[in-house]
Amino acid sequence: MTDLPPPSKKKLGLVIDLDTCVGCHACAVSCKEWNAGGFAAPLTDEQPYGKDPAGVWFNRVHSYEVAPTQGCASSPTPQPAMTLHFPRSCLHCETPACVTVCPTGASYKRAEDGIVLVDEDKCIGCKLCSWACPYGAREYSEVEGVMKKCTLCIDRIYNENLAEAERQPACVQACPTRARHFGDLGDPESKVSRLVAERGGVDLLPQLGYQPVNKYLPPRPRRTGEAATAAPQDETLDTAALPPMLRWLDRVLSR
Amino acid sequence: MHPAFSVIAFTTLSGAGYGLLLWAGGLILLPALQGRAPANGATVLLWGVLLVLGLVLTTAGLLSSMLHLGKPGRAWRAFSQWRTSWLSREGVFAVATALVVVAMLALLGVGIAGALPTGLWIAMPALAAIMVLLSLCTIASTAMIYASLKPIPAWRHPLVLPGYFVFAILTGWLVLMALVNWSALSDETLGVILLVTFALAIVAGVLKLVYWHRIDRQPLGATRADAVGLPGREVDVFERPNTQANYINKEMGHVLARKHARPLRFIALVLFAAVPMVASWLAWANPELAGPVFTLGALLALAGTLVERWLFFAQARHLVTLYY
Repeated sequence: MTDLPPPSKKKLGLVIDLDTCVGCHACAVSCKEWNAGGFAAPLTDEQPYGKDPAGVWFNRVHSYEVAPTQGCASSPTPQPAMTLHFPRSCLHCETPACVTVCPTGASYKRAEDGIVLVDEDKCIGCKLCSWACPYGAREYSEVEGVMKKCTLCIDRIYNENLAEAERQPACVQACPTRARHFGDLGDPESKVSRLVAERGGVDLLPQLGYQPVNKYLPPRPRRTGEAATAAPQDETLDTAALPPMLRWLDRVLSR
Repeated sequence: MHPAFSVIAFTTLSGAGYGLLLWAGGLILLPALQGRAPANGATVLLWGVLLVLGLVLTTAGLLSSMLHLGKPGRAWRAFSQWRTSWLSREGVFAVATALVVVAMLALLGVGIAGALPTGLWIAMPALAAIMVLLSLCTIASTAMIYASLKPIPAWRHPLVLPGYFVFAILTGWLVLMALVNWSALSDETLGVILLVTFALAIVAGVLKLVYWHRIDRQPLGATRADAVGLPGREVDVFERPNTQANYINKEMGHVLARKHARPLRFIALVLFAAVPMVASWLAWANPELAGPVFTLGALLALAGTLVERWLFFAQARHLVTLYY
């Protein structure tokens, strides 16, 4: 049923730290690898070895350049320019429009843990859910004719055949800088909820009202002041201050 | 948004079909409301022709919409989620309308054969009223599929819903005119037709001009900085996540129409507004030409509606494009 379940107590999701993400795409690759054989398998490609390969990915890592600021809504203090690596995936929203627009009941939000899934045996491939998602979380498989999306690795996180430490989404497991955290965001005392509170985690596009469960931790403020923001000066050498040996060398090499 | 031809053809054809059913319903209801006796044989035959053509157009539209599905064989499942999904509601209303039209055709068939007791003719206007209501609901559901999508501000615009109604009524009227003008109509009738055609064409043209003017100046409602959770910062793309195009780029990132918007809007406006006005004027001035002129006019107006629908899709910007 595409009716949304009553809000669940447990809200499983990811917290992504934009401060430590280095844009290595390990999350995207490990996600592709695991999900090619997992619950949402296969994760199909078109012309995977051809000239113009394309395919379904649940994670996509964007890189942006952020201009310096003298202070704004998200950075009250002056900030220098920086690179921002931004992994984008399903946010498992509290009120996901992708679920309610589905005409067949193939899209659903799980009542027990809030994970948003697609039942690929019911999907008719009308693509309406992908239109309803502003985050681009859903990708259509041309090969299979059905819609695909992040499953939060439900086949890992509850998998008793895996060691307990490995019962987390593939992207979290793979991240070399520990920029991705998995946990219950419905529990204010959980590690992820405390992390969000401590670092001021944000919702993406909150004005749309989809109430994403996943949170993003904005980059920590960079050092400010002269040293951080001023452009490097032209190099000058005060030869009078040099020891005699170096002063002689400088004179010889300057000829 | 990527304009899938099957979806554009579907909204154009089914819009004309439901518009025709609205006019047919009006033609059936009008004498009943005035307390007049059931019309003569020729009028009853016209009712039948209109209902059949309406059924053909709407069914062709619905079948066309199935062509863009990844799994058309499972389309029956789309009737199940009417509680939340406008797409599902559209399917339910469309099938209900078709069933009522079939019932009316059966009644007409029996009536023309002379086997229908006079008392049962009462059922015809009652069914026509239900058909009109269901047709209106179907048109509204089609519009709401688009108007309910928050990530696409151009589709959320308040003129989208009235636009679908106006185009259904205009194209339905022109199809009706293409049919009735093949028989000789009185000068007085042609004058009324001229007035109605002008009114509908002007309403459609003004509505579309206002809509285009508004969406050109409508902000997207969010910036790239909002999309990455850093409101207020100036964020530019440094490197895309993928070297080849992906589904998101192809489906949501269609830019061709925005580039050619002006000439395409002009073409659409000429075809769906100016052509019907010229056709009705020619028919009024030369009644013997009315049939061919209105038939050609209706076809051109449908082509203009196709262009208008193509622009409706291709010009709509999706918020996900902020990430790219």
